[in-house]
Amino acid sequence: MTSLLTHAIAPALLLQAASAAAAQRTQDALIAAGPQAAHIIDLWRLTLAICTIVFVAVFAAFAIAVRRAPPSGPQTPPDMRSANVPEPTLAWRVRAAVAVSAVLLLVLIIASVLTDRALARLPLDDALHIELTAHQWWWEARYDDPDPSRLFTTANELHLPVGRPVVITLRSDDVIHSFWVPSLAGKKDLIPGRTSTLQLRADKAGEFRGQCAEFCGLQHAWMALPVTVEPADAYAAWADRQRSNATEPTDDDARRGKAVFLGSTCPMCHAIQGTDATARRAPDLTHIGSRPMLAAGALANGRKQLAEWIADPQRFKPGVNMPSHALAADDLAALATYLERLK
Amino acid sequence: MKVYPVDPPVPAPRLATVRPGADEAAALEQTWSDPPGLLGWLASINHKSIGRRFIVTAFGFFVAGGLLAALMRLQLARPQNTLIGPDFYNQLFTMHGTTMMFLFAVPVMQAVSVYLVPLMLGTRSIAFPRLNAYAYWVYLLGGLMLYIAFLLNTGADAGWFAYPPLSGPEYSPGKRVDFWAQMITFTELSALVEAIVLITTVFKLRAPGMTLNRIPLFVWAMLVTAFMVLFAMPSVMLASTALILDRLVGTHFYNPAENGDALLWQHLFWFFGHPEVYLIFVPGLGFISAIIPTFARRPIFGYSAMVLSLIATAFLAFGLWVHHMFATNLPELGKSFFTAVSMMIAIPTAVQIFCWIATLATGRLNFKTPLLFVLAFFFILLMGGLTGIMLASVPLDLQLHDTYFVVAHLHYVLIGGAVFPLFGVIYYWFPKFTGRLMSERLGRWNFWLFFIGFNVAFFPMHWLGLKGMPRRVYTYPADQGWDAMNLVATLGAVTIAISVLLFIINVWRSVRHGAPAGDNPWGASTLEWATTSPPPAANFVQLPVVHGREPLWEAWPNPRFVTGLALNQREMLTTTVLDALPDHRVVFPVPTLWPFVGAVATTVLFVGSIFTPWAVVWGSIPVAAALTAWFWPKRNETRGHLALEKQP
Repeated sequence: MTSLLTHAIAPALLLQAASAAAAQRTQDALIAAGPQAAHIIDLWRLTLAICTIVFVAVFAAFAIAVRRAPPSGPQTPPDMRSANVPEPTLAWRVRAAVAVSAVLLLVLIIASVLTDRALARLPLDDALHIELTAHQWWWEARYDDPDPSRLFTTANELHLPVGRPVVITLRSDDVIHSFWVPSLAGKKDLIPGRTSTLQLRADKAGEFRGQCAEFCGLQHAWMALPVTVEPADAYAAWADRQRSNATEPTDDDARRGKAVFLGSTCPMCHAIQGTDATARRAPDLTHIGSRPMLAAGALANGRKQLAEWIADPQRFKPGVNMPSHALAADDLAALATYLERLK
Repeated sequence: MKVYPVDPPVPAPRLATVRPGADEAAALEQTWSDPPGLLGWLASINHKSIGRRFIVTAFGFFVAGGLLAALMRLQLARPQNTLIGPDFYNQLFTMHGTTMMFLFAVPVMQAVSVYLVPLMLGTRSIAFPRLNAYAYWVYLLGGLMLYIAFLLNTGADAGWFAYPPLSGPEYSPGKRVDFWAQMITFTELSALVEAIVLITTVFKLRAPGMTLNRIPLFVWAMLVTAFMVLFAMPSVMLASTALILDRLVGTHFYNPAENGDALLWQHLFWFFGHPEVYLIFVPGLGFISAIIPTFARRPIFGYSAMVLSLIATAFLAFGLWVHHMFATNLPELGKSFFTAVSMMIAIPTAVQIFCWIATLATGRLNFKTPLLFVLAFFFILLMGGLTGIMLASVPLDLQLHDTYFVVAHLHYVLIGGAVFPLFGVIYYWFPKFTGRLMSERLGRWNFWLFFIGFNVAFFPMHWLGLKGMPRRVYTYPADQGWDAMNLVATLGAVTIAISVLLFIINVWRSVRHGAPAGDNPWGASTLEWATTSPPPAANFVQLPVVHGREPLWEAWPNPRFVTGLALNQREMLTTTVLDALPDHRVVFPVPTLWPFVGAVATTVLFVGSIFTPWAVVWGSIPVAAALTAWFWPKRNETRGHLALEKQP
């Protein structure tokens, strides 16, 4: 009984613990960290106010009508006066109510169009260009640069500098996904065969969370995108680190981990810059140790979680395209050590 | 009063002033009854039998879809729950959406009208009664196919909207999506056939004197809905056919790698999908317009405005599909036009809401369960309509789209706009269907549990969406502040389930032990209350002549009845489209097994085509045979018709 309980509950507890370990990241359309989300919140407040007034007014009219009306029964003779006599007062009231509704709707349409225009007019001087490609079920981000040697690629995270506009080019490698970091901007679909762009700017440093918002298959739920907004110098330091090759292992354990990585099936899908692993089927692991989460938000990052994930990814993210690996325990530990140190 | 001209050389029918006798009633009953026994049951074409089966079947799918929703809510009750995995969860939400939209909401509206429209129009039968039976069997068999596949772990799992490429051959291998796409074929066939049946009935089979501006608003709503079906369904038929061709024979309509377009599906699907919402909502408006006058004891205020609003809604409904696609890369300026149309459609609904409030304000109210369900509409639909206005705005939609806010919105609109009125409809017309009243006490429990449970379940979802929770996720992390509201929503869902259980108990008990209803228990004004409860096989012993909008509330001058139609043949009187003047006589077909056989043959063809294209070739032979037999003239029937021509 006890063992049954442990088996049934342990994975759940483990998942809970893993997520509790992660810092809470903001994923909230009502907390803006940039002008795009802020414009939408302003429109939201106006719309909510008008709609609340309309709701209260119409419901009050309805409630008064129902409360005032005298009771009746099925035998009460129907009041057929309206069949022959027009009801001008009633007609006038209904017309007035419709007219007021139409005017309020017009106000909302105008407010909506003006907000749309404000969103489109974000100044884009000195913008940072990022090409974001969605895959089932992870994100690949390529940070563009006029100097091709300064390009770099990362996965399942974004770092953005405070105050600098960002143009994100959105593509999909397989099915339709949607990019949505509610505190920064509204969502935009990533559609295979089409390219779309999204402009945004983050004005507040902080830890945010985005998530795929278009149903994209089995693991739609675990397709999160942690976004770190940091001051320009911290961002520059991070970007420089991303441009560098992977850290070479310094001790035997990590060296063995690297050998395990290159000697097993890992390099068939993953790349680690500075090694012979260059495949692009799965997330680039060059700096995996520095990322906040594993498997697009399914697990917190850490040596233990890395080992568990590699051994049995289906346990944490059923349906994920990564197969299980029956590595010897010490090989697995060495591999996890190696990957964890790829900061 | 206008006397209806009858062409003298044609001896029948006549508009008379006398009631026919009891022997005539018996003869009519014999002529119009369905044959006895199991085969007779399968051969039945009486619109009331078909309508009853239709309603019960659709309600069965409603309960099934509701149970799927309950399972989803159990999974989402706490974060990172491991009760249901992603594979099963995706089947659950796909089957829930598909069931509620395709197998419950649209068919149940048609089902109610199949039963009621001929009675409200004062005629003996629905038009094309065999086609009507065929539509029911096709619908039943299509729904069963989908559920049998689901029970065999082949439940559709690409969402009720089935966006390619996810639903395409590469990302949804196996047969799951094929069953889904073929279910569309079944439903659209059934819905299109029903639309034709209903339009013909409303246009040609009205009681003499029931001019177009006298038909009940309920019938107007159903007529408008039927026309919307005619225009909306072909779009989804095109879309689903292209999808199944992509999947089965390797076309590339939606494959961007072969110059197909993934967005094409979304345009076609939503060109159908948004009117679909109004296919569900417009009948709801008709229900409310039928129930409010009865319980307010006065005619509806603003009849013409109501009719024009219904028609305006139907037109506008086809102009706002892009508001489901604001997050795609369509041109920004173009999207703003769809914002304007999406907001404009609130105006005809506002007209109707204000007219109902005017009716209630000047009426005297009889607070019975049907009225309670209708009054709940004013709270729930108002809220759903206002959140709809929010979603119509491009910038707001970009934040709210595909979050739980939309889940809340759509349930407020569809449950508030259609399901609450539908429960009102069942309480209202149950006496007509069965001859017995439903329990008021259970009805009130049913209503209040449903109303409270509904709001507890769905109101927090608005907040969840704003707090960033996306739709269609099988689980969610614990640290996002979504836990408590999800738990509350689950508790609300349980309350709804209890309420629906009470409803089932109420129906079950009332069918046996309900108080006898009499012809017109609510004192209503429309023609279905002029006949007995339940109505005889021929609906009316004497066909009424109509002189006003509220036939049972107004003076009923002569001529009062249509006489002279044959009693031993299914002879019907057709009337003209605008003024409902007597037009000519037609003899309606008798019950036959062929619609059932034809539906089975159609099912074999459709299901077979999922497995081999040859099923389309070989399967068409039994379909053609069944249809030929269906229309094959029988000697004795022809003799009867000829006899009628000579000796009316």
